[in-house]
Amino acid sequence: MANGVIAENNRSFFEESTNRHSGILSWLLTTDHKRIGILYLIAISAFFIVGATFGILMRLELIAPGETLMGPQTYNSFFTLHGVIMIFLFIVPGLPAIFGNFFLPLQIGARDVAFPRLNLLSWYIYILGAILVVTSLLLPGGPVDTGWTFYIPYSVRTGTNVSLAIFAAFVLGFSSILTGLNFVTTVHRMRAPGMDFFRMPLFVWSMYSTAWIQIIATPVIGITILLVMMERLFGIGIFDPSLGGDPILYQHLFWIYSHPAVYIMILPAMGIVSEIIPTFARRTIFGYKAIAFSSLAIAFVGYLVWAHHMFTSGISDTARWIFSFLTFIVALPSGVKVFNWVATMYKGSIDPKPPFLWVMSFIVLFSIGGLTGLVVGSLATDIHLHDTYFVVAHFHYVMFGGTGTIFFAGLYYWYPKMFGKMYNIKVANISVGLFFVAFNLLYFPKFILGYQGMPRRYYDYLPEFTQLHLISTIGSWIMGITLILIFANLIYSLLKGAKAPQNPWGGVTLEWHISSPPPLENFHEIPYVDHEPYDFSLLEKMKNESH
Amino acid sequence: MNHTENAAAVHPVHRDDVGARMGMWLFLFTEILLFGGMFLAYAVYRFQYPEQFKIAAMELNTSLGTLNTVILLTSSLTMALSITALQKKNKFLSLVMLSMTIFFAFAFLINKYFEWGAKFSHGLYPGSEELLAKSNGEIVFFGLYYMMTGLHGLHIIIGIAILLFMLVFIIKDKVTYDNHVKLENSGLYWHLVDLIWIFLFPLFYLIH
Amino acid sequence: MDQGHSKHEHHTPGYGIYIIIWLVLIGLTSITVTVAGIDFGMIALAIALFIAAIKSALVINIFMHIKFEEAIFKVFLLVSGMTLVVIFLLTFFDVYNR
Repeated sequence: MANGVIAENNRSFFEESTNRHSGILSWLLTTDHKRIGILYLIAISAFFIVGATFGILMRLELIAPGETLMGPQTYNSFFTLHGVIMIFLFIVPGLPAIFGNFFLPLQIGARDVAFPRLNLLSWYIYILGAILVVTSLLLPGGPVDTGWTFYIPYSVRTGTNVSLAIFAAFVLGFSSILTGLNFVTTVHRMRAPGMDFFRMPLFVWSMYSTAWIQIIATPVIGITILLVMMERLFGIGIFDPSLGGDPILYQHLFWIYSHPAVYIMILPAMGIVSEIIPTFARRTIFGYKAIAFSSLAIAFVGYLVWAHHMFTSGISDTARWIFSFLTFIVALPSGVKVFNWVATMYKGSIDPKPPFLWVMSFIVLFSIGGLTGLVVGSLATDIHLHDTYFVVAHFHYVMFGGTGTIFFAGLYYWYPKMFGKMYNIKVANISVGLFFVAFNLLYFPKFILGYQGMPRRYYDYLPEFTQLHLISTIGSWIMGITLILIFANLIYSLLKGAKAPQNPWGGVTLEWHISSPPPLENFHEIPYVDHEPYDFSLLEKMKNESH
Repeated sequence: MNHTENAAAVHPVHRDDVGARMGMWLFLFTEILLFGGMFLAYAVYRFQYPEQFKIAAMELNTSLGTLNTVILLTSSLTMALSITALQKKNKFLSLVMLSMTIFFAFAFLINKYFEWGAKFSHGLYPGSEELLAKSNGEIVFFGLYYMMTGLHGLHIIIGIAILLFMLVFIIKDKVTYDNHVKLENSGLYWHLVDLIWIFLFPLFYLIH
Repeated sequence: MDQGHSKHEHHTPGYGIYIIIWLVLIGLTSITVTVAGIDFGMIALAIALFIAAIKSALVINIFMHIKFEEAIFKVFLLVSGMTLVVIFLLTFFDVYNR
C-alpha cells in the first residue's frame, strides 16, 4: 500500500492538505475532492441565500396590487436574477458539486476523483461564471430582464446586459460538463476491488446518470447561448425572425438542454433519498436494481420530452401530441422510485431523525409537484394553465420541494461526516416542521391563483387575487426565518457543536466505515467490497472495527 | 510541521491511461453535441429554405473548400503517424510529423483567411447592407456559414496551441514512448476537428 | 503502479494502415466533389452525407483508435450518436409538420 511506511494517523482532511501551503491557500489550491466539495458548499450556499433574498423581495412586492416596493423594471430584473441564480448557480451544480464531489469517491472506495486538478478547475470556472453573473448586474445597461429562459426575440432586442449574463451561463455550463466527465470516468475507473456496478450505492448510480446528462445535454445550451450572443453582437440572423431566423428553433434548442437539466437537478436528490431511507428504516432498499435502472431510464426519457414546454408556442400539432404522450412516460420511472422508497419503509424499524424527516417532507412535496406535472403535461389542460402561477407552483414543488428539500436532507445527513460535528437535533426537527408549513403556505396558493388565471411574471394583479397573494407572502416570511434557522444551527454547531461519532446514524455504505471527518486519503487501506450496499448485518461488524 | 511531506508521500501519482482517454472521449462527445446543435439548426433552415440555400452556396469557393479538406485529412494522417512513431520509439520522426501537422493547420487557416476575406470584400458578412438586401434564406445561410466555419476555425487555433505544447513536451521528454497519453489525447482532439470538417464540407461547399 | 503500464500498451497499428486509410479518404473526397457536379436532385444530399458518414467512420475507427479500444468506449459513442439522432428526429416532428 502507498501508505505502508507511514504509521496510520487519524488526522482529518481539515488538518492535512494535498499541497505545501497552509491556511487559505491550502484550500484554494487543493485537489482534494472533499475540500473542493466544501468550497462548492460555501459558494453555492451563498448564492442560494442571495437567490432566496430576491425571491422574498419579489413576494413582498406582490403583497398588494400596485407598486409597493419596486418599479416594474426592477421587478423584471428580480425575477430574472432569482431564476438565473437559483437555476445556474444553485440547483444545477448544487447536489452533484457538493455531495457528488465529497461522497462519490468515498462511496465507491476511491482516494479521489479521476481528474483531481480538473475538479479544482471546474470550481474556478464556476466562480468565474458567478462573477460574470454579478458583473452583469452592475454594469450600465442594467440587470437582465428576460427571465431565465432568455427567449428570442426579446433577448435580442432588450438593452440590458443579456450578452454577459448568457456568457456567464455558458461558462457555468462548462464547469458542469467538466464535473460530469470527471464523475463518469471516476465511476468506471476508480471503484474499489469487488465493487461492481450492482454493489454501488444508489447515490452513485444517480450521480452517474446525472453526469451523463451533464455531458450530453449541456453543450446544446452552450451553442444556443453562443448563437444568441452572436445574434446580439453581429446580427447573424439564425434566430432573429426579421432576418429569417426561427424563434421556435431557439426554444427547441433551449429546452433540449433545459428539460434534461431538470433531471440534473432532481436525480441526485433521488439518489440521496435512496441513501437516507434504508439507513433510517434499518432495512435494505426495496428493489435496488429497479431504482438503479430507473435513474438511467429517467436520464434517457428526459431527452424525449422537451417540447412540452412549448405547447403554446406554435409548434406543429403532431409534435404536440407526441411530446405530450412521451411526457407521461417520465412518470413511470419516477413512480418506480417512490413506490420502492415507500416499500423500503414498510415493516422497517424507523428512526425519525432530522434527515429522515426531511425525506418525508420531500416525498409529500415532490409527489404534489409530480402529480401536478401530469396536469401541465397533458395538452388540453396545459393550454389553460400555461404561463400561469400553476406552472410556477408546479416547478417550485418539484425543484425547491424536491431538490431544495433534499439539499437540506443531504446536508443534515452527511454534515456529521463532513465536519465531524453534530448539530442540535431538536432545533433541526423544528426547522423541518416549519419548512413544511412555510413551503405550503408559500406555494400552494399559487396553484389556486394559476387555476384562476393569474399569469406568471406579472408585476401587478387584479384585486380579487389579493388574499392568496397575501398568504403566499406570509409564507415567504416564515420560509425566510426557517432558512436562517437551518443555516444558523449548522454554523453554530460547527463552532460549538459536540463531536460527531464515526457513524451517528448507523449507515453501512463505505463513507461510514471511516472516521468523521475523513482522513486525507479517505481509506488507510482501499477496502475490498464483498457485500450489497445496504447490508445492515454489517453494523455489528462495524461496531467492533471502530473500537 | 512535517505533515506536508507525509501528504506527498501518501498521494501516489495515480496513472491511468485508459481513464485519461475515457475522459478525453467524454469531452469529445460534448464537442460533437456542441456542433450537433448547429447542424440541427442547419438542417431546419435547409428544410425551410432549400432553394435560397442553393443560391447562397453558389457564392462559396468549392476549390478552396476541397483544398482545405485535403489539407485537413493529410494533417490527420501526420498526426496519427506522429503518435505511432513515438510508440515505436522514433522521437525524431514523431517530431517531424507533429510539426507537419501544425504546418497543415496553419495552411488551413491561411486558406480560410483568404476565403473569408473574399466574402468580406464582396460585402457578404453578417449585418452588411449587401447581405441584408438578400432573401431571408440567404442571410440565414451566411449566418450559419460564418458561425460553423468560424467555430471550427477557433477549434483549429486551439488545436495548434495544444500541438505546440505537445511539441515542447516531446522535446523535453515529458511525453515519451511509454508515456504518451497526452499526445494521444491531443491526436483525438485533432481528429475530431477533422471529423467535423468532413461534414461541414459537403453541407456548405457542395450544394448545387 | 505497474497496472497503468501494462494496460496502455494496447495494439499499435503500423504506419501502413494510416497511409491506406488516408488514400481512401482522399479518394472519397474526390468522389464526393465529382458527384456534387452531377445533378442528382433530391438524393444529392443523401449521397453527400453517406460519403461523409463513411469517411467519419474511417476516421473514428482507425485514426481515433476506437476499433482497438475497450468495448465501453464503443457503447459511449453509440449513446452520444443515438442522442443526436433522437434530437434530430424529434425536432423534425415539429418542423416537418408545421
